Amino acid sequence: MQNYKMLNRKLKKYSPVFLGPMLIAFTTVFIVPFIMGVYLSFCKFTTVDNAVFNGFENFINALSDTNFLNALWFTVKFTAVSVITVNVIAFFLALLLTRKMRGSNLFRTIFFMPNLIGGIVLGYIWNLIINGVLGLMGVDITYSATYGFWGLVILMNWQMIGYMMVIYIAGIQSIPGSLIEASHIDGASAFQTLKSIIIPMIMPSVTICTFLTLSNSFKLFDQNLALTNGAPNRETAMMALDIYNTFYGSIGQQGVGQAKAVIFAIIVALIAWIQLRITRAREEQL
Amino acid sequence: MKKTTALIMSFIMLITLGGCNSIFGSDKDVTVRFLNFKPEIASVYTDVAKAYKDETGVTVIVDTAANNTYESTLAAKLGTSEAPTIFQINGPRGYANWSDYCKDLTDSELYKHLNDKSMAVTKDGKVYGIPYLIEGYGIIYNEEITDKYFALDDKNTDFMSMDEINNFEKLSRLVTDMQASKEKLGIKGVFAATSLKSGEDWRWQTHLANIPIYYEFKNNNIDLSSDQTKVLNFEYAQNFKNIFDLYLNNSTTDPKLLGSKIVDESMAEFALGQCAMVQNGNWAWSQINGITGNTVKENKIKFLPIYTGIEGEEKQGLCIGTENFICINSKASEEEQKAAEDFLNWLFTSDTGKDFVTNKLDFISPFNTFTNDEIPTDPLAKQVIEWSKRTDVDSVPWNFTLFPSQTFKNDFGAALLQYAQGNKTWTDVVTTVTEQWRAESAKL
Repeated sequence: MQNYKMLNRKLKKYSPVFLGPMLIAFTTVFIVPFIMGVYLSFCKFTTVDNAVFNGFENFINALSDTNFLNALWFTVKFTAVSVITVNVIAFFLALLLTRKMRGSNLFRTIFFMPNLIGGIVLGYIWNLIINGVLGLMGVDITYSATYGFWGLVILMNWQMIGYMMVIYIAGIQSIPGSLIEASHIDGASAFQTLKSIIIPMIMPSVTICTFLTLSNSFKLFDQNLALTNGAPNRETAMMALDIYNTFYGSIGQQGVGQAKAVIFAIIVALIAWIQLRITRAREEQL
Repeated sequence: MKKTTALIMSFIMLITLGGCNSIFGSDKDVTVRFLNFKPEIASVYTDVAKAYKDETGVTVIVDTAANNTYESTLAAKLGTSEAPTIFQINGPRGYANWSDYCKDLTDSELYKHLNDKSMAVTKDGKVYGIPYLIEGYGIIYNEEITDKYFALDDKNTDFMSMDEINNFEKLSRLVTDMQASKEKLGIKGVFAATSLKSGEDWRWQTHLANIPIYYEFKNNNIDLSSDQTKVLNFEYAQNFKNIFDLYLNNSTTDPKLLGSKIVDESMAEFALGQCAMVQNGNWAWSQINGITGNTVKENKIKFLPIYTGIEGEEKQGLCIGTENFICINSKASEEEQKAAEDFLNWLFTSDTGKDFVTNKLDFISPFNTFTNDEIPTDPLAKQVIEWSKRTDVDSVPWNFTLFPSQTFKNDFGAALLQYAQGNKTWTDVVTTVTEQWRAESAKL
């Protein structure tokens, strides 16, 4: 007890040393810019130094911009498709690679590797590949928004599956072997084991994976910029790209871009919060 | 002991995180910070800075914005303690965006040396941006290939020299017949690919569009410094279509594949002799010259004005002007502003500086400190100067500095791509142009 108290006192004494740097970093690079950003969304400005307050005008302009609403809809569609495909494929790969098979470590590494390549580079690589394939039909990715959409989905899958797979593998490996064994002894089929043992046991991994894919798909920027840059005619521009284009594309529209960014941040936070609540609730039921 | 180490460690971390510049950065010397617009000559500017440092002891730091990111880089940098003291704007529209940062340069040394005072960016009689180079563009052609065509026995035209081509009708007949005999000429097409990938479409949505819009403003007596420029009817849309269709239909590339073509590829096609013509400006010489396997001879590369079928175009010259206006940051300290002006004066008036400008940076300079001999040696720049001196033709100024915004240009470019792919009619393109012009002008 005495020891514990002493440790506690020491910890208290040194807490600024350990927490301080982190706290300062978090404040200077996150909290302060965030508050400034929200303030700027109510201003007309070119750089952070010459902001003039103009009320809700930016928000009105942002919400009456059809390009922004189109981008929102496109982003929602994209996110819905890629969250499902990434997680389903990643889960089944994880299932496959946790079996005792030769070279499974090699395959894990290979599947994980695309995640280490930057988004811009991947975007250009896939731009070349997709244009090469579509070239056989005499067109390219800018020809139709459908090509752009599925191009982005493929790219997202390519990049995210490996990462999600690693999380699922960790989840599956942490299931006690005795549980699976017991289910076998009880005569459960492979499908029943999957449905009643494996999936419920890896719900924490599902939570984290859907959260990561959801927020990453929603915030996608580099890949979008490099692969389609909105072509044809802004139809494949996602929200982050639309914000970027508003900010830098028109004169005096930085405030509107900032307002869009704030709306975007609220939407992302809201979705993430709802999604976390739903999956948490399901985790706790078990 | 451990305690001290821990304290020292955390202190170091604090400093690293807090930004060392504010603590250790020296303010003793005045530094000139220049944000360069042209990545292709970034290395030359490093030499310029070194030479200036050797002569005067003043440090010049040159930062270069990557392609298409000048405005965003500038916005980001102006908010920092390392804000550029010298930056550039692209004309009156650029000034509208950066007016808070542009110093009044009316009494500056540099402005006094400017040959054509009307070229500067002014507002209410005061000068805020000074052009520092002149450029020209048109249709660049490889005379070797056209001569080869003129020598053909079975050609269907009676042209014998490029000098005869002085309007769209003749250009069109020449190009169509050249395209028909492309195998004999050893080319893939007359024109290089009409690069329409987003970000690579400026040759059409900006440069080519300048011509019909110049004529619209000119023939309606529009006052270019007034708000009258906020309305555009695109009266000469048909003329744009004339030449644009000619580019598309007599090209090395199928129009459906233009969405992934970039300017570099077009210039490579020209440099390798796969095509005879390409629309671009004198800045393209370094690009053409730098391509391995380049077959274009220095004395066989020529300019032709962009003919679009407008009445009286026989007297039209190249498009000559600038979108590079130098500005000094009015929010920098007095000393820094002074140092920036001194540097610019040195660059454009001293012998060392002028040597850099003409021979290394390859600028056609608009200042009277340059004699007639002090001109760049590259063939396209020489051609621009030659055309600008001809008395029988009038140069077309760069009115695209009045285009309302980058968004307008991007949407125009996207519409052109869809037109090329066959997904949009020409009427749709015209609607996009007039509507986007109005919408984006309203934001000014």
